[in-house]
Amino acid sequence: MMKPQIDLGKCDGCGLCIGVCTRHNLVLVDGVVAFVEVIECDWCTICEAVCPRGAISCPFDIVILE
Amino acid sequence: MASKAEFLKSVPYFSPMSPAELEQIGSLFFEKRCQRDEIILLEEELAEALYIVVSGVVKIFKTSADGKEQILAIIRPGESFNEVPMFDGGLNPASAQAMGQVLLYGLGKDELDYVLKNYPQLASRVIKVMAGRMRHLVLLVEDLSFRQVIGRVARILLENAGDGAGPSPQLTQRDMAAMAGTVREVVSRSLKTLEEEGAIKMDRHRIIILDKKILQKIVGPFFETKVTDRG
Repeated sequence: MMKPQIDLGKCDGCGLCIGVCTRHNLVLVDGVVAFVEVIECDWCTICEAVCPRGAISCPFDIVILE
Repeated sequence: MASKAEFLKSVPYFSPMSPAELEQIGSLFFEKRCQRDEIILLEEELAEALYIVVSGVVKIFKTSADGKEQILAIIRPGESFNEVPMFDGGLNPASAQAMGQVLLYGLGKDELDYVLKNYPQLASRVIKVMAGRMRHLVLLVEDLSFRQVIGRVARILLENAGDGAGPSPQLTQRDMAAMAGTVREVVSRSLKTLEEEGAIKMDRHRIIILDKKILQKIVGPFFETKVTDRG
């Protein structure tokens, strides 16, 4: 299961991503953010957009359907 | 929770102020709490206050007649919004919405006038913040008006697409913005437009290219030299 990637080296635990996650899938553990999938992540990428340190990434696979 | 004065010390506008001044200025602010998705300001409505985000995140956006949303800015703790109508007396130039639970400090027009009159040194801070805001908006206007960013996004998708069988590069919207020389908000809008045109489908963490020819057409003639034989 794909999940947002968290760079623990960059995360300063500000928690902005936790507040914006509509699925409540992000929590603070030992001062940094962790992903705990409560409801399947819909890849809205808002967590990535709000992170001031670029610590969360929601990468896309790009595939051609032929 | 820090007192208003302690919090204001972390806000660029007020950082040079003394503790006594911050106490006095802090007493002029009112608190406003918002729930997720609550509209804080509506475009074209009368402006009531300048706001500073204390906690949470606020989205500033405009909506077109056909309902398309363009995010102009993401406002984080310590940052302010809605200065423009407070200074020029006009209507709200954009809408603002809470992206989760949000706590704001608001400063009404009369209180703002009082602060600027009594603490004129704040004016230079305001100009600096407004200049930074304008620089961001000029880049956004340039991208939305003059540069064919959508073509560059289409090219990025074609150049980085796999067939789904083997590993292919994974790209975030931030990556694509860096590659296209634009801001993330414009990439997001470009992807939505490409989806509406039937070129791609956003399927959770996958961007599925449904019609390569539409993407190639959007990229334009220069595309042929580089990627024609792929996929």
